[in-house]
This record gives sequence, C-alpha cells and structure tokens, in this order.
Amino acid sequence: MGDTRFASPFSISTPPGAEGWEELYGYHQLFSESRREYDESMFWFRDAIHLPSVMPPFDMSLVEYAFASLGSYNSRHYIVPPAMGIDIRVLNGWFYLAPVAVANPADIPARVEHFMQRAGHYFANWNAIEDEWIVKAKAVIAKLEALEFHPLPDMVDIEVVTGHAGRSNVYDLQHSYHDLVDTSLELWQLHFEMLNLGYAAYLDYFGFCKQVFPNIPDLSIAKMVAGIEVDLFRPDEELRRLARLAVSSGLGDTLCEGTVDQALAAVKGAAGGEAWLAEYGKAQYPWFNYSNGTGFYHTDAVWAERLDIPFSFMRGYIRQLQAGEEIDTPTEEVIAERDRVAGEYLDLLDGDDKANFEAKLGLSRTVFHYVENHNFYVEHWGISVMWRKMRELSNVFVKEGFWGDVDDIFMLKRDEIPTAISDMTFGWAAGVAPRGPSYWPAIVAKRRSIMAACQAWDAPPALGAPPEVVTEPFTIMLWGITSDSIQKWLGGLSSTGGLSGFAASPGIVEGVARVLTNADQVAELQDGEILVAPVTAPSWAPVFRRIAGTVTDSGGMMSHAAIVCREYGLPAVTGTAFATKSIKTGMRVRVDGDNGVVTILES
Amino acid sequence: MDIVWFDAYKPEHAPRVGGKCSSLGAMTAAGLPVPPGFAITTDAYTLSMERNDVGRKVHADLAGLDVNDLAALSAAAAAARRDIGDSGPAATVEAAVRAAYAELCARTGVADVPVAVRSSANAEDQPDASFAGQQDTYLWIRGADAVVNHVVRCWASLYTDRAIAYRHEQGYDHTDVAMSVAIQQMVMPKAAGVAFTLDPTNGDRSKVVIDAAFGLGETVVSGEVTPDNFVVDKVVFEIVKRTVSAKEVECVLDPIEDRVVHRALPLERSTEVCLSDAEIKAVARLARQAEKHFGRPQDIEWAVVDTLIDGDRGRSTSAGVTSTSTKGAAAGGPIVYLLQSRPETVWSNKPRPSVSQGVGSAMDGIVSTLLKPVAVKPAD
Repeated sequence: MGDTRFASPFSISTPPGAEGWEELYGYHQLFSESRREYDESMFWFRDAIHLPSVMPPFDMSLVEYAFASLGSYNSRHYIVPPAMGIDIRVLNGWFYLAPVAVANPADIPARVEHFMQRAGHYFANWNAIEDEWIVKAKAVIAKLEALEFHPLPDMVDIEVVTGHAGRSNVYDLQHSYHDLVDTSLELWQLHFEMLNLGYAAYLDYFGFCKQVFPNIPDLSIAKMVAGIEVDLFRPDEELRRLARLAVSSGLGDTLCEGTVDQALAAVKGAAGGEAWLAEYGKAQYPWFNYSNGTGFYHTDAVWAERLDIPFSFMRGYIRQLQAGEEIDTPTEEVIAERDRVAGEYLDLLDGDDKANFEAKLGLSRTVFHYVENHNFYVEHWGISVMWRKMRELSNVFVKEGFWGDVDDIFMLKRDEIPTAISDMTFGWAAGVAPRGPSYWPAIVAKRRSIMAACQAWDAPPALGAPPEVVTEPFTIMLWGITSDSIQKWLGGLSSTGGLSGFAASPGIVEGVARVLTNADQVAELQDGEILVAPVTAPSWAPVFRRIAGTVTDSGGMMSHAAIVCREYGLPAVTGTAFATKSIKTGMRVRVDGDNGVVTILES
Repeated sequence: MDIVWFDAYKPEHAPRVGGKCSSLGAMTAAGLPVPPGFAITTDAYTLSMERNDVGRKVHADLAGLDVNDLAALSAAAAAARRDIGDSGPAATVEAAVRAAYAELCARTGVADVPVAVRSSANAEDQPDASFAGQQDTYLWIRGADAVVNHVVRCWASLYTDRAIAYRHEQGYDHTDVAMSVAIQQMVMPKAAGVAFTLDPTNGDRSKVVIDAAFGLGETVVSGEVTPDNFVVDKVVFEIVKRTVSAKEVECVLDPIEDRVVHRALPLERSTEVCLSDAEIKAVARLARQAEKHFGRPQDIEWAVVDTLIDGDRGRSTSAGVTSTSTKGAAAGGPIVYLLQSRPETVWSNKPRPSVSQGVGSAMDGIVSTLLKPVAVKPAD
C-alpha cells in the first residue's frame, strides 16, 4: 500500500439521507472553508473508544465539555511542554479528534519551567489532592442529585404563595436546566484535574521500561501496575456479594425466577429475605449508577434504571456458585504475578537504573488509583444522574406535548433547550398553546432519520496527514495511536492477513465469537464465548468470569478495557481496528492475548 | 576414583572432572533435565598415561620441539597421539568404563545406548572449546568397545597441533595437563541449538536469545548453519522477535548407517521455522531456570525432542530420562533437554549498561519523557 495519508475531510461527501446533518451540531464543531487550511493540516482520528456511534445532538454538546476540559489542563493549567489540547470535529455525525502540538518549539523551554512548578505541585501532593478530589466530586454529584424538574401544575402550590417565594416554574425549570448544564461542565472540569498528569506519569514509566529493556512486552509493563483496588470494580463486587448472600440464605433459586419485580416480591416474603433486601438496597447506592456503555450516550443503559441488567449478572453468579464454580476475581493471582514480574525486572537492574525504575513504577501505581477511579465518579455515577435528570426534564415536555418519547429531548442541542423551555413555560404562563408541539416533533423525527443515515455510513478511522510524531500523552497512552495503528488504518481491512492488536491481557483461548454492536447485547453472551466489540465497558466485567476472551476494535494498553481484562484474568486483544468488521457471530476464533493476535479458525 | 556419575556429582569432584562435567553434574543435581551419564576423571587419564610408560613416550615425542616449525609440530603431535592410541586405557580404567557404560544401558533401558563422548577440559590448561575444535566431541557412539576407543581418542586430542602450541605459548608443561571425558546419553532432537540468558547484541539482561536449527545443535555451535533466532522476554516469556533463516544443513542420525551425518535440506524445509512458539518458550524457561540456579547469566546448549526417544529409532520410552523431562512430556508440553550450561563471559564481565544519567527527580523524568515525542508516521 502506497498511501501515507488519509482523505481530506473536505473530500468526504454526505451520505444519502444525511443531508442537513450539520444542523445537529454546533457551528464551531464543523469543518469549514474559513478554517480549511488549518483543518487540512491536522491529523484527525475517530474516537472509537468512547464514541463508537453517531453523536446525538445533546450528547455531543457534553462531549465538547469533556474535551475542552482535557485541553485546558494541558494548555493552561499545567503547561504540558510539547502539547496543547485536543481539537474536535464532527463529520457526517461522527466524532473526530486531533492532538494539538505546541506550534513553536522555541516556546518549549519556558513551558518546561512552568510545568515543573505546576505539575510538580500535584505530583508532590498527589494522595492528599486525590482525597480532596473525591470530596469535591461527591459534592458536584450531590448538586446534580438535588436538581428537580417538576411537571407544570395548573396552579403553584399554596406554599409558594404563603412562603412568598417570588418566583414560579418559569424560573425554576430554566434555572434547574442551566444548573444541570453548568454542573455537568463542573464534573468534566474535575474529571481532568489530575488525569492528564496521571497519563504523563504512565508515559514516563512506559518509556523508561522500553529504554532499559528494549522490546519489553507492553503487557509486562502494564502487569506491574495492577491489582490495585479501585471503586470502578466495586459494582461487580457488590453483585458477587449479593449472589453469595443469596445462595447462603437459600434464596438463590427464588432470585433467579421471573422478572426483577417478581423475584424481589418473592424474596420479600421468604426467610432471610428482609436481610438480603437490606443489603440489596445498600448496594444500589451509589454502585448501581453504573453505565453499560461509556456513559457518553443517553442510550447507554444504567443499572439503576435497568435493574434487569445487574440482575442478570447476579443470576449468572448465583448459578455459578450453585454449580460449585469460583466467582472471585483472581486478585491474589494478579497481585502475585505483579509482584513477581516487578521483582524480576528490578533484579535485572542496578544502580541508577534500578532507582529510577522503582520511582517511576511507584508513581504509576500511585496515579493508577485516580486514573481508574475518576471514571466511576464521572462517567458512571455523575453522568448517570445527569441523564436521569434530563429525562425528568424531558417528561415535563412530554406532558406538554412537545414530543412523544422521553428520549426525544436528546435530539435537541444543549443551547436549543432553554428556548424550548421558554416556549413551554410561556405557554403555561399565558395560558396559551406553545408552538413546540407543532414544531419539535418533525425536527426530532428528521434528526433521528439523519442520524440513522449517518450511522450506516462507514466512517473512516482517520482523516488528513499523520504527523511525524505525537506529543500529547492521552493520544499515546489511552487511544494507543502508534505507527502500527496508523499503518493498519492506512492499509485497510484487506491488507491485514490476520487480526492483530495490543496484547492487552495474557492467555490463549479458542471459542465461538459473539459480535456485539451495542451494550444491550451483553446479556446474549454464552459461557465460553469470545466477546468481540468496538470497545468493552468496565461494567461488563460481571460476564468476564464466564466468557473465554475479548477482542476489541480500539483501546490501548492502559485503556479501561485492557485494565479490566487484566484484573479479571481474561485474555484480551485490543486495538485491532477491524475485529467487528472481520469476525461474525458464530465463527470460531483463537485469541492470543500474549502476542496480540486473533485468528479466525473456521467460518 | 575413575568414574563420577552426573547424578552423584559433588563440588569436591570438580578438579578431577573438568568444567563440562562439573557443569553437567551441577545441573543434574539441580534437577534440570540433563540426559544421564558419567565422567571419566583426570585420575583415569593420569593412570592410563602411566601404563606402558606412555607419558614418558609422549614427552620424548615432544622433546626439543619448535612449535613454529609447522611440519615438525604436526609430526610430533601425530606421534604423541599415536602413542596414546596404541597404549589405550589402564586395565582398571577400562573395566570401570565398561561397567559404567553397562550401567548406563541398564538405567536408560537401551541396549548399546548411543552416547556423546566429549572432552571436559580444565579451562586453565586447555584452549576453550571453539579453539580445540570438534575433534573433542564424538557423537552417537554405541557399544562399550567404541566408547572405550573414543575415550582414548579424546585423550589423544590433548596433543593436537594447536593444543601443543597453545600450552607452549602459555608456558604449561605437558605433564601438567590432564583430561576428563564426559559420556552422556544422546538424544536425537527435532531441533537444537544454543541460548543466552541475556541479549548478546546489547547486554539486555531481560531476554533469552535463542539460536536454533534442525537436528543436532552441532551445526549451530560450529557456525555451519545460519540459525533461526528468537528473542524472548524472560520474565513473562513472550517472544518479542523471530528471525527465520535458511538452515541449509542438518546434523542427524542416519538410521541405516547408525551414525550421525550432515545432510543438506531441501529449500522449503530449510526455510521453515524449526521451533514452535511453545517450544521456543520452553527453551527460554529452561535457560532461565539454569540461570537462576547458577546465579549469573548463562550460555546454554539445548535440544528439543519430539518424544522421549530411545536409541532405536522411533520407539518411545519414558525410561532413562530425568523427572523434569518426563513431567514436560506427561503434561503434553515440549520436551527440552539441557546439554550444556556455562557462564556467559562477555557482558557479565563488563559493567552493566545504564540508560539513566543519574537518578532524576520524578519531574525531570516526566518532563524529559514528554519532550521525547513518539514517532507515529509509518515508514514509506
């Protein structure tokens, strides 16, 4: 293959049925003639880890908050010497990223000075700052949880009058919505407060290992930063705890029968049932604020709203326990292996190399806790609450006839909603029909059909010219952008003989593949199957003890997908680029997590 | 004491059995999968040199020799070797060797068990193996007569032209010299070769580097074949690099002639990789085991066999093999033997290469990493 660059974004045409897609997004999120020279000079890659589907309008507005926050910590807080932030665009409904380097190398030395001071402060006080962070994050989440969106009443409650409140639902709805949006931004600002530095520490540690042990497997490096207890895995732990309690209380069969409601009702009347229900109640908050997906889409199922999901995982655990199988994660083995591997590599070093290795490994282990945990607090807990509140607001609109389905609100952009609220509350205030019910439904329907057309389009993995080098830490550590991945994307599906990617979690297994294109299909997985997906979510971990291995299209060595698989002892190959395109459900495949190779054995 | 069995070896035997046998004894004692055998001690050699006054005759053959006169050197060396060959072993030594060989046949359950007969030199008074060349090693020797015969030939190889000249240059007297000989059951491997428990190209201690070829490992050791090369991380046993070469020749047993021959390989076969991934990892694990036992980087010779094969072609048996190999076979994994292990000397004697310039602060390290951009543009 002679290609060394990807298509220009300006050469891409609109898929049929997607005309007008630009209306779904901000003017500033589009490629445009006015910025064409810049747009064409950058290297854009699709974020397949977080955003594997077309972006709904409201959801995209929040994603922008995430990336603005990521950028500002690099460029304005810590002054990462060679890197600024990450630019974003939407094309045909798909989300693209471009790492931004510091334009003038001569600026770098001065930036180093500032970075040393600012980032230095964080590294020197890491654990204390992380403790503060948890307090701040919980406070922000509490603000979200406290928001209320009430249906418009025929008249305000008498207490509003006798309490001299001096305002009405006209204000309350508007204020609560703005609060929701601002608090979401606050959450994203917190998300990155320490994350960029965590990835910088990983980068330093990985880089040093590769220098001192040329060609050391990435898996070795990652294994040494493992087995550290984090809240991200707590929801799964809770399910296992509940399963064990159910079995030991003799409630296992009862809980496995019927719908969730039926099972809970049956347990209530049974011996030991109250005790179990008390534990179940405790587990739900906050641990059921857990997304089945990445948390970025309103369509991602959340355990609290979809109790069938955690229940089906728990039922799986109950059945395994009843069959005498082990359901614990191999934490002791992971820790033993971590310590063995670290001890052996350390033994091979002496002098300065040994001291530096120990220090860098130590720092990576220190930052690991935050790098994994923040994901639970933001993308899972906080964002789940946000979606819940948005739906509460949407139900107010539904009652007023603005649209038919509670999820229709997400077809509006963030900044269209205040106007819709105005329209709705004005109608309520004046006692007249708002325009919304005859305005929004058609727009919502049109936008849904545009999104469907965009979803069907085969979005290229990248646009523009790959740079010589990448300096931005996330791009390397999280998205795993390497010359290999770029080569694969340039070559396309046909050029790859077999499938290869990161050897993310060790072990070699064979099994029947099941290709998942959306998170709801997780429940379809059978014991011993190989899960194939664009990306896996930490919340799928409860099936990891039943299946044989995973293969994903995207994800680097330190992505959540890779980390979870290692913690659970599940062989995995990530970042293959084409797994979901090459493999079909029912094919027999071999997954080699030691070498990062996937082979289709028979169709 | 004329005979020391490898599995009875103790460190105090070392001066009488030379480096190779000491190492085989130590490895056997460590439970490493070493084919069984015994050492014929330097005492046996010394005693045999007293028989028929051979020692004195050899001394006379070399008297007044100018080692720079190549023709004279060659003639004197030949005379010395002939004298040794004509005289043979002392009677008690011969009896001990025959008895030990019979015992080896019994232990392995193989009649006339094929053995390798190898000289085991004391490093101070002998040139090293590569210098001495292959005449010190005889492969696939069967039957007590042949074994005795080749032991004597090993002794005679103390008096090659080179060995004589070497000792002269080093200032050793020929009477200072003695030799031990190793008699060890031979395995006919599918593939064999050498391995280092560090990367010999850069001193990286986290790797096992393996050179491998089809058949016996002699072709790798001698350099006759360009071997396949595998680099394995020795902490997690992942293969990080593979180079497959055209291995034009293999050294194998000719079943009809019942001897080892060098045979050319057809092109398709010669360019096939000679070890599976599982076998590569098994070799690496074995090398690592040897390294851990000896506490320093090792240079090993290994062999992978398809089945626990006895001397008669094709029949498999579990007899005569140490427990580690049997375990490997029983587990269904590759069967790897350790034939040789000696300290690596090139990198081990140098100060370890260091990548650090001093011990930096955490910030210094992170800054310098951030300033080292990662190359992503694929090469054209």
